Order: sequence, then C-alpha cells, then structure tokens
Amino acid sequence: MSATAEERLSLRRNFAPGTPGALAIEWLRRNLFGSVFNTLLTLAVVALAALILPPLFRWGIAQASLSGTSRAACTGDGACWTFIRVRLPLFFYGRYPSSEYWRVDLVGVLLVAFCVPALRDNVRHRWLWLLLLLALFPALASLLLWGGAFGLDYVDTTLWGGLMLDVIISFVTVAGSLPLGILLALGRRSQLPIVRVLSVGYIELWRGVPLLTVLFMSAVLVPLFLPQGVSVDRLLRAMAALVLFNAAYMAEVVRGGLQGVDSRQEEAAYSLGLRWWHVQGFIVLPQALRIVVPGIINTVVDLFKDTTLVTIIGLFDLLGAVEQALKDPAWLGFATEGYVFSALVFFVCCYAMSSYGRSMERRLARGQ
Amino acid sequence: MVRRPSPRARAAQWLLLAIVVAVAWYLGSQAAANIARRHATFGFVFLFENTNFDIPFRLIPWSVGDTYGRALLVCVLNTLLVAAMSIVAATLLGLLVGVMRLSANWLVRNIALGFIELVRNTPQLVQIIFWYVAVLQTLPGPRQSITLPAGTLLNVRGIYLPSFAPGGGADVLWPLALAVLLATPFVWRLRWRGLPLGSRSLLVSLLSVLLFAGGIDHIDYPALRGFNIAGGIQVVPELVALWAGLTIYAAAFIAEIVRAAILSVHKGQREAALSLGLKPRQVLSKIILPQALRVMIPPMTSQYLNIIKSSSLGAAVAYPELFQIFAGTVLQQTARELETMFLLMAIFLAINLATSALMNWYNHRVALVER
Repeated sequence: MSATAEERLSLRRNFAPGTPGALAIEWLRRNLFGSVFNTLLTLAVVALAALILPPLFRWGIAQASLSGTSRAACTGDGACWTFIRVRLPLFFYGRYPSSEYWRVDLVGVLLVAFCVPALRDNVRHRWLWLLLLLALFPALASLLLWGGAFGLDYVDTTLWGGLMLDVIISFVTVAGSLPLGILLALGRRSQLPIVRVLSVGYIELWRGVPLLTVLFMSAVLVPLFLPQGVSVDRLLRAMAALVLFNAAYMAEVVRGGLQGVDSRQEEAAYSLGLRWWHVQGFIVLPQALRIVVPGIINTVVDLFKDTTLVTIIGLFDLLGAVEQALKDPAWLGFATEGYVFSALVFFVCCYAMSSYGRSMERRLARGQ
Repeated sequence: MVRRPSPRARAAQWLLLAIVVAVAWYLGSQAAANIARRHATFGFVFLFENTNFDIPFRLIPWSVGDTYGRALLVCVLNTLLVAAMSIVAATLLGLLVGVMRLSANWLVRNIALGFIELVRNTPQLVQIIFWYVAVLQTLPGPRQSITLPAGTLLNVRGIYLPSFAPGGGADVLWPLALAVLLATPFVWRLRWRGLPLGSRSLLVSLLSVLLFAGGIDHIDYPALRGFNIAGGIQVVPELVALWAGLTIYAAAFIAEIVRAAILSVHKGQREAALSLGLKPRQVLSKIILPQALRVMIPPMTSQYLNIIKSSSLGAAVAYPELFQIFAGTVLQQTARELETMFLLMAIFLAINLATSALMNWYNHRVALVER
C-alpha cells in the first residue's frame, strides 16, 4: 500500500535535515547500525537483554513482596524485600538501642552539615571548615555515640553496627591516615637518609601484605604486645590497624601530587629564606593536595568498601548484620536479597563519592 | 638536590631512629614477657609437628597427620593457584571490557561502562560471598547436574571437568611437554633464519601439545555414579566463587587501565595504519595494543598484586588458602599467634615482591624492544 501524498509530505517534514527526527536517525545510524558488524552487535545485545531483563524485572519488582512483617508475607515467586524492610534498623544501626537511634541520626546530620561546606567549591574559609570537620565533629560525634555524659546513656561499642559502623570506621580511617600519609610522603622524599629509609620501609611493608592479615593482627596479636591487664576495645584496635594500613596508600597518592609540583616553586621559596616546614606547609603541600583530591577520593572509596572486611574479625558492619540476619531461623533462605541489598547500599554511597571525585578531576583538568 | 638539610635536621633524624628502636624494643619485650607468662616459646619447630585436620582441596597429596610444614606448602600452592587463575582471566576479561568501552556501538560501550561502575562501586567481599551463596549454592544437586559443552558438569558441589588419564609414556612425555613449554620464551632468542618470531613459538607450543597428547591414554569424562559424580577433575565451588570474585573485580579496574592506555596511543598511528590498508582488527592487534601495552604494565602490576593480596578473602568462603588455614585452623590448634601471623605476612610479601620483580623485568624488556 503506498502512502498518500499527505503522509509523504509529513514524513519529509519530520525527517528533513536538522529536525529532531533526522537527528535521531543519524544518531542511530552512527551509534548502533554503523556497519554490518555493528548491526550484528546491536542485535546480539538486544537479544541478550530480552533474555535477561524480563526475569530480573519479574524477580526484583513485579512478583516481589514488600509488605507484611513475617515470612508468610512472601508468597510470590519473586524477591522477598519484606525481609529487608523488617530488618532495616539492624542493617543501619546494628544492635544500638532503638530508643537512642536519634543520636546516630543526629551524628549523620552533623556529618553532612560539616562535609558540605568543606567539599563545595567557592567556599570562603574552606580550611577552617576542614579543620572543624576533622576536630570539632569527631569530638561531638564520639560524645553522642558513646554517651556516658550530659545525661546520655552509655552505649558500648560492641552494640555499634550496621552501615553506621562502616561510616564511622571510614571517617576515623580517613581522618587518621591522611595526616600520617602526608608525613610519610614527605618522609619518602626527604633528603635525610634515615627518615627516607624508614618511610619507604613502612610504606612498602604495609602495601605488601593483605588488609585481612593486618586486621587479624589487630584482633589476635595486639593483646600480646600490651602489658598485662591493659586491654583496648576491639573496634578501636581495628580502626588503628586500618589507619596504619591506609596511611601507606595515602602516602603514595600524596607522593604523586608532590611530584606534580614544579621543583622551581620549592627553589624560589628557599631562596626567599623560608625554612623546610614553611616551604612544605605553605608552598608545596597546598598545591600538591589540590592535584591529588581525586586520588584521595578514590582511596576513600576503596577503604569504605574495605570496611566490610571487619566482618571477618567479628565486628557487625552492614555485611555482618546481613549475615547475622540471614542466620535467623525465621528468615532462612533470603541470602540473595540480603547480599543484593548490601551491594546496592554500598553502590549508592560509593557511586556518589566517585562521581564527586570525577567532577573534581574534570574541574582540575580545566585548570580551575 | 634542592637544598642541603641543616645539621640540626641531620641530628634529629637519629632521634627518630632512636624512638622507632625504643618502641620496637618495648613491644618486643612485652611480647616476650607475655609469651613467657603463658609458659610458651617462640619458634617455628611446630612446622615439623603433625596436624590433625583435613584440607578439603589441594594440588599435592595430603592426609590428616602430615606436618604443619606440608600444610603450609599445600596452602601456598592453593593461594598461587587461585591467584594465577584470576590474573590470567582478569587480564583477558579486562582487555575485552576495555576494548568494548571504546566500541563504536553505543549499547556495547554503555554495557561495558555499567559493568565497570557496578563492579568498582561494590565491596569485593560482598561480591565473593554473593557468587558463593547466592549463585553457586543455589545450583541443583549432583543428580540434576547441568551439562555444559565438552562433557563438563555443573552442580552444587562444583564444576566437573573432563581429565586426561595418563597412559604408559606419560611419566616421561608430560614432564618433557612442560619443559618444552617453559622453554618457549628462550626460543625467541634463537636465530632461525627465515622464520618470523610468532611462528617459532607456535612451533614449539605445537611440539609441547604433541608430547602431551602422546602421553594420554583416554579422556576421563565425569559422570553420575550413585549419589555423586565420579571421574574428571572436581573444581570446588569455593575456588570458583573466589576465582569469579577476584577476576571480575580486577577486570573492572584493568578495563579502565586498558581504555586509558589505548587512548594514550596517538591517533596518527591509527590513521597511518588504516591508510596503509590494514583492517580495523589488525590495527587494534598489531598497531594499537602493542604500543598501549607499554603504558599498561606498571598499573597492571599493581592490579596483579591486589589480586594476590585479595586472595586472602578466600577465608570468607572457606577456600583452603594460606590465610584461611593458617589464621584459622592452625592458629586455633597451636595458639601460636606470633608465628602464624609472621609466616602469613612474610609469605605474602615474598609472593608480592617476586611478582613485582617479574613484572619489572617484563616491563624492562618490552621497553627495550622499542629502541
């Protein structure tokens, strides 16, 4: 059947060069059907998607259950998100007493409130905000989380858990390992032989062993090195191990930045009569740290993901909480839901951080 | 040299050394006191003592009652096995995804991007446990095994591959085949006139395959006997999960390295090759990748080291590698925290140093070819 003159006219109008229709066709031709091989690839991908996506959609959304409070609510063939919904407090707060959840929430709000001004661009007094984030915030947060003063009930660290624990551990690790890493990076470039050898030895030793052995060492070996009768909280030991371990990685990132600063900057500063600490602190480091912000964010993302390893030494972070919930006899058999949920939570957090890092990188590349 | 350090700084570094030594001495004396208080001693003699545990997966013979030293060897081999398998697979998968990332096809490009983002932004431990618990543990039992190509079977107890049963001459022919294969790199140095390098190593590999084939009696296919699968080689699900977890995680990082390396090759190279009449695939394999390889090696080395270190995550799925057996079973049975942790760290350090030395040597060699 041939098209009427009117239809042909409208077709020609819709696909004239420069109109949206023509642009769409041009885009399709260039991106999906450019050559025979390309067309075959497109068809193969579409076929694969048709094979995988519908069952995934049925399992995750169409036939999944979300309502109800017990196992009986999961009647469909799909995922049982009810399990996740019911256990959500455990996943986020661990075994923290539920009457005190507001304290954790408040710490979360404070974290965002301190982070936003410190991380946005074009903020006045950025260094002041960073200082507040690294000094005032930890003090407030530990007071709120631990309690035991100002009428707040004491909450032992053994009750801390879930995603909250991942965030706390990550924050402490970053705040501790960044300064230590900067010192180590400066030490590795030092002209004092002993300082240099010690720094190189420290960095290469920690980078050569798996994080798991370091965490395990903090769990089983530290008591051996402490005087009799002295014991340190398990969580604090793990945090200390993570700080020492990640400092080596931070040091290598910062060293990359130090190498990126033109050595003439340093020479000029020395010729003006500045001392070593002043040259490093006022001339070299501000420029070097600016270059390595994306690298530091990558390291932060990595260490945030690595906080899941504390599960293996018996702390209940998000993954540990999920594993604990999976062992509950009332909710057996929802392992897939549990792990998919924890992967999603981590994905959201890490993707947000990496996106910020990439936008930072682009800004730096533009020379701002 | 920018500036000579002042005499005061030179003196101060000795103070730093003194502090480090003092701290180390203090910790050492505390450890000695604590060990003495337990009426224990420090030493590695326990490696000659007999064990009473089983190692469910091993490459060399093992029986309950063998020494701790042999357990160490079994575990080191298990660690090396999973690391080597993951390094090879991650390199291939990473190469594929990295090239996909630069495809002219929008769908292919964005699937690669989605894969990379999804894998890089979720914890490796979650991935390994996911493969183990949510995928491999939900497979059917031995009686409903899934049949894969080439007689391979897949069920909840692992993957069963067909194996080659040794024939009469295998004792001589198989080691010979291995020796010939290992000698392949050295063949590059020989000067056989008229034969290009590629076909020389191809000939040697062919010889190796022929020698291997000569030693085969028959192919042993896995099959259901009673309630279990008999014959073939069983690859336990713990190994498969750890392998998948290590491979996929590293592949996402390697893909980005490959992409950056390919983009770093000047586009004039590609245009020149195309104008000389090379096909797009030849341009990629003969012009772009060899040049990109040089840029890739240093970051790839650190990914390989990451794979080796992350193999300790096998502890989460009970794959009997170094960390799982020594930081778990051995530590509990002997109560020798200091010795086992020392052994673990020393061995991982040694493997890492050896790998990075090997990669540096390779890097050096590739750089020399350039002239």
